[in-house]
Amino acid sequence: MTDSAREELTRLPAADLADLLRSKEVSSVEVTRAHLDRIAAVDGDVHAFLHVSDAALATAAKVDAARIDGADLSPLAGVPVAIKDVLCTTDMPSTAASRILEGWIPPYDATVVRRLRDADLVPLGKTNMDEFAMGSSTEHSAFGVTRNPWDLERIPGGSGGGSAAAVAAFEAPVALGSDTGGSIRQPAAVTGTVGFKPTYGGVSRFGVIALASSLDQVGPVARTVLDAALVHDVIGGHDPHDSTSLPDAWPSFADAARAGRTGETLRGLRVGVIRELDGEGFQAGVRTRFSEALDLLARAGAEIVEVSAPHFEYAIAAYYLILPAEASSNLAKYDSVRFGLRVTPPGGGTVEDVMAATREAGFGDEVKRRIILGTYALSAGYYDAYYGSAQKVRTLIQRDFTAAFEAADVLVSPAAPTTAFRFGEKLDDPLAMYLNDVTTIPANLAGVPGLALPIGLAPEDGLPVGLQLMAPARADARLYTVGAAIEQLLEDVWGGPLLAKAPALPGGMLAAEEGAL
Amino acid sequence: MDFDRALELFEPVLGFEVHVELSTRTKMFLEAPNVFGAEPNTAIAPVDVGLPGSLPVVNEQAVRYSISLGLALGCSIAESSRFARKNYFYPDLAKNYQISQYDEPIAFDGEVEVELEDGRLFTVPIERAHMEEDAGKLTHVGGATGRIHGAEFSLVDYNRAGVPLVEIVTRPIVGAGRDAPELARAYVATIRDIVRALGVSEARMERGNLRCDANVSLRPHGQRELGTRTETKNVNSFRSVERAVRYEIQRQAAILADGGTIVQETRHWHEDTGTTSPGRPKSDADDYRYFPEPDLVPVVPSRALVEELRAALPEAPAAMRRRLKAEWGFTDAEFRDVVNAGLLSEIAETVREGAAPFQARKWWTGEIARIANAREVEPGSLVAPQHVSELIALVESGELTDRLARQVLEAVIDGEGAPHEVVESRGLAVVSDDGALLAAIDEALAAQPDVLDKIRDGKVQAAGAIIGAVMKAMGGSADAARVRELVLERARG
Repeated sequence: MTDSAREELTRLPAADLADLLRSKEVSSVEVTRAHLDRIAAVDGDVHAFLHVSDAALATAAKVDAARIDGADLSPLAGVPVAIKDVLCTTDMPSTAASRILEGWIPPYDATVVRRLRDADLVPLGKTNMDEFAMGSSTEHSAFGVTRNPWDLERIPGGSGGGSAAAVAAFEAPVALGSDTGGSIRQPAAVTGTVGFKPTYGGVSRFGVIALASSLDQVGPVARTVLDAALVHDVIGGHDPHDSTSLPDAWPSFADAARAGRTGETLRGLRVGVIRELDGEGFQAGVRTRFSEALDLLARAGAEIVEVSAPHFEYAIAAYYLILPAEASSNLAKYDSVRFGLRVTPPGGGTVEDVMAATREAGFGDEVKRRIILGTYALSAGYYDAYYGSAQKVRTLIQRDFTAAFEAADVLVSPAAPTTAFRFGEKLDDPLAMYLNDVTTIPANLAGVPGLALPIGLAPEDGLPVGLQLMAPARADARLYTVGAAIEQLLEDVWGGPLLAKAPALPGGMLAAEEGAL
Repeated sequence: MDFDRALELFEPVLGFEVHVELSTRTKMFLEAPNVFGAEPNTAIAPVDVGLPGSLPVVNEQAVRYSISLGLALGCSIAESSRFARKNYFYPDLAKNYQISQYDEPIAFDGEVEVELEDGRLFTVPIERAHMEEDAGKLTHVGGATGRIHGAEFSLVDYNRAGVPLVEIVTRPIVGAGRDAPELARAYVATIRDIVRALGVSEARMERGNLRCDANVSLRPHGQRELGTRTETKNVNSFRSVERAVRYEIQRQAAILADGGTIVQETRHWHEDTGTTSPGRPKSDADDYRYFPEPDLVPVVPSRALVEELRAALPEAPAAMRRRLKAEWGFTDAEFRDVVNAGLLSEIAETVREGAAPFQARKWWTGEIARIANAREVEPGSLVAPQHVSELIALVESGELTDRLARQVLEAVIDGEGAPHEVVESRGLAVVSDDGALLAAIDEALAAQPDVLDKIRDGKVQAAGAIIGAVMKAMGGSADAARVRELVLERARG
């Protein structure tokens, strides 16, 4: 196989790779080597990975051997996958992009990682992120920024910028992310990729380095809706090691996505536009592409209805009390006593001194900011005003969703209010950074599933714009069907995937196809 | 201050927090074994040491035990009960928060009947019983006190981390007056009896299965408002609880009578000096930043489960005592001795195995208690009730004399088997073969030829010399009454 033929493999969706692997037209070793070569070529610029596995080729070879032996392999067997560094892996450091966990190798795999391995996917490495998943730009990683493959001077979104950039830069066909307030969907929006946050409880949190336990959810990052669904099928479902894991039996999400590409699934679909997630603060080009997407849906027979979610305006405020409160407690365990970084102050000191010095040196500014916010929000005398009120808002937002889903089958909004911004643009203004998650946070507060998929490039900057779809809790399959249908309509318009328009990366061999939308 | 003087001036108000370690097979929130005495840091799972990504999962058996305990304390069982995080930094607390329960405990609003030594009953109001996980154990090395201050370094063992606990919290207990110290001891003993009867805990205070924090405050007689309290931590024997409460009443009374004020604080109990010393200041404003534990869903016990557990409750200890006293026909004094010796359940079990109550009492409070005392162990740990019952039956049937039975008991205690096995292996059975006895008697008579004449002259007590000689010759394995009969027959001749 020539180098360019091998690089062509990296352009293929996971579903297509799986077909080639199944028919033995390519081997997993070839596919894996193609992606490792691509990583070697472009990741110096993109820096999507914190760690590249040295076991990937060996894993791939084992899968190939099993296939030759005629083993009954799962649909994605032999397909490479990138893993966000917030997930525990026994064979790679798992740091959540924090100094305090630098080099830490867990004694167990996260359940989702275990399931990837059981399904014979090939882990390529661990992807960069904002430290402890706190951020919307991946600028808060302790180990350097990740660059957006569409424009290396811009952020790839966050916290899962590494997974989104890896997929957008063709370094991995699919990846895992985690979404606490938009960390899968917002990076997808700004990198022109697909990201899915499942229903809370739909995917196990065991082995996920916790940010905010009541909000965290692992999900797939991909370039197509079908690929996301295929990964979701692997990682989802009940896990007795996570008490908040739902006992439900789930339908095949891949089948749901395929159904979206075959039928008239949009006809008669009630699409609710959330009045509160539009207008001020939304970039003009984002609004343009969003309204075009609505027109496209209407032409395909969907019924566009306006719905109101009056309490969404308090979502960010509530979120930035609940999340720091839970995080302040979840991050208390990083105290140097049992694992991770230990910093002893000059001249020694008590265990309290060592804990304080370790946390001072080991946590970045954003992490410290949220620990302080959360500690304050939970303090006696402030609990009712802050954490207590935020929980009430959470209930009201859940009711807003319930009411909206009476009028609509799915809800839509822009996946992010702006396209990718430049490095440093919001770093000194945490509030502006927090506002970037205005569209995605409500789904986490209510536990409902959300899907982000590309709907074009903003005219003013030529950068990707994403659409967010939301469905009632447990209706994840509906999002895959509708998402796949919209994806097909748009690709028909574009004549191919949006990522084909991305500029070539310096180290890569393939030039982007020319043309504008 | 003199205790009597303190009681003249002030009314004591008590409160207790008793922690009960549940004897579940595994820990509260994961699959690590719940064992005592393992090598440090070997009985642990990731969640016990707070590794990133680990998650707690509630132990169903611990929930069942907690509900049973709540029911036995006369509590209502919550329809929905939630765990909360209690946040504070301490090296024995791996996650730097403890999973406990805060505003939604599993059991609440109960009461326990406590019997004082003289038989009076006292009702202790229970505020709540909630589930939580235990912390690890610190050992402070270097320094004179064994406490963290002054230590050179500390070792931490997380084997105990995550062991399921139920914390039983009383409401303020008023009206005990001068009985307060005794009530304190009796209350903790009652909790011990209840959890043992339920079989939910080993309840051994010396192992820390049962730990008591005693709150004491004083107020002038007639005052409604409660005084400032101190909390004496980890008073770990019944006797210490009584002494600590007495000491605190006297200490506080002296301060108050002098015009001083009581500092709200935790205090440490010193077994050797019988005193308490200040720990850390504690106020109601201690901020643990409680919030609902987001890693766990609420515990929602079904009514069917609660009723199933209620139906399976053993008899309450106080009710059981009343019943047994009547059934056994013991005098007040006899029964109190049994209760105070902590031998009620052993005797009840022995009687259930078929022994007569007075025989069971005689053996347990007599020979077994004597051996236990000599060996400094609990009588109940020496021998099983069914073996005591078997021993008593062997005496009743004449197969063993009391003296032989005591030898058999020691052998049973030393692990030689059940009484009948010891009798067989040691050949200790009473010799009931008249032929063998007569041979020995004739031998003794030959040595003391005047004895028969004395008996015939009416001096029957002269037979004693022959009986003694026979018993000696047969190594004690003769039935003295039978020997006597045979000697008298020979005299009648």
